[in-house]
Amino acid sequence: MRRVVITGAGTVNALAHNVPDTLMMLREGRGGIGLLSIPDLDRLQVQIGAQVKDWDPLAQFSRAELGLYDVFTQFAMVSGVQAMSQAGLEAGPAGDPTRWGVIMGTAGGGNTTVNDAFRTVFSEGKNRVHPFTVPKLMNNAAASHMSMKWGLQGPCFSVATACSSANHAIGLAFQMIRSGMVDGMLAGGSESMLNFGGLKAWEGLRVMSKTGCRPFSKDRDGMVQGEGAGVFVLESYDQACARGAEILAEVSGFCMSSDANDIVMPSPEGAARTIRGALEDARLNAHEVGYINAHGTATAANDKTECEAIHTVFGAAAENVALSSTKAMHGHCIGATGAIELLACVMALRDGVIAPTINYAQPDPECDLNVVPNCAQERPVTAALSNAFAFGGMNAVLALRRI
Amino acid sequence: MRSDVQQQIISIIAREAVLEPEDVQPSMTLDELGLDSLGLVEMIFAIEEAFDISVPFNANEPAQSEFDISSVGAIIGAVERLICGQRPEIVA
Repeated sequence: MRRVVITGAGTVNALAHNVPDTLMMLREGRGGIGLLSIPDLDRLQVQIGAQVKDWDPLAQFSRAELGLYDVFTQFAMVSGVQAMSQAGLEAGPAGDPTRWGVIMGTAGGGNTTVNDAFRTVFSEGKNRVHPFTVPKLMNNAAASHMSMKWGLQGPCFSVATACSSANHAIGLAFQMIRSGMVDGMLAGGSESMLNFGGLKAWEGLRVMSKTGCRPFSKDRDGMVQGEGAGVFVLESYDQACARGAEILAEVSGFCMSSDANDIVMPSPEGAARTIRGALEDARLNAHEVGYINAHGTATAANDKTECEAIHTVFGAAAENVALSSTKAMHGHCIGATGAIELLACVMALRDGVIAPTINYAQPDPECDLNVVPNCAQERPVTAALSNAFAFGGMNAVLALRRI
Repeated sequence: MRSDVQQQIISIIAREAVLEPEDVQPSMTLDELGLDSLGLVEMIFAIEEAFDISVPFNANEPAQSEFDISSVGAIIGAVERLICGQRPEIVA
């Protein structure tokens, strides 16, 4: 089986509009959560989020593009351009374009477009919406526009597994390259649900914090939603070496599973099975793993379940692993979150810097691991995991190695 | 002299075709304007919004639609009849 590496990365999120600035913010433990700026905010009970700041679509896209790009597609396109540029593939893929494709995770797809169209027909009482409403809102819009921009003619689709979407997307791309089905893929996730309708839906579930995101801290009181995108260029190790591309990290394993248990409550058994599966797939021993980017949503249920699962799989090795949730900084970016969080794993492997869990105030006996409270930690890391455990019991864990 | 309605339709078509209004002639076809299928449905949407009318057009069978899109002039005529509240086929 072929080895798979990352040769390009791009992102737009509440911390920054590119990878270097995002990593700087992560390293310094600076948060992007604040009061939202959206219409009808006064009618929302939860008014904070990690919103992408100073986003100016007119400066980045033509009128024709903007007519077809929902915000989640805009985030994906800008991230994709950064990733392809870093990989040295601005002009298009290396080799046969039918052996390159795109897999993008998203939960809400063109949720802004849905919100706007519903407002038009329900609130404003109009009887028609813009004719591009469907091509803008469909979940595969971002993946399709990316394939069109670079002429990627192989497998191209979107994955919707709520908060695990991006990990599933990256994991599937990894498996396709490893098996020899394709030579390279753009993979990641994109999300933009910070609008009135999107947030009203989330409010109903009563899992969102009105005060802030404090993963693993005893005083945590829920998740804070973010938005953005993360996109990676994945390709075979041999191809990357042959064309002299800079390798950011190796994707060495992936496991996905279903709790088959509850539509919202996570299961420690399912999480443990998936973490163990990713280690086995990557042929890693737990003691080799220096860093785990946690799912770490700061809900009461997730954080203790996740820590229990890590104890189960790691045993004594849990003493030495660093676990952080960067969601306290960039928010929970739902279908994009795993892609943005993978950047923290790449930083740990390349730079030996482990991003902190900020806003940590009180130890929780049910989360008794090194959660990297408030300040980044420096240490060499040769292998890292990135966890995603979604509503619906959809688990997806990626394993990375330094190269 | 073109009427206000004609001017408005010409400017909508010009905007969708990314042309100057003075370059849009009544004899021109959609192909000559370079309008693709998405540009056409966006043009029809803009016309519906501008004149508060409902345009009978099905992209699956444009030739069979009651709304004549064979040329800019035909579109102007069809819109003018819709604004007057007349069914196109009754007039034709």
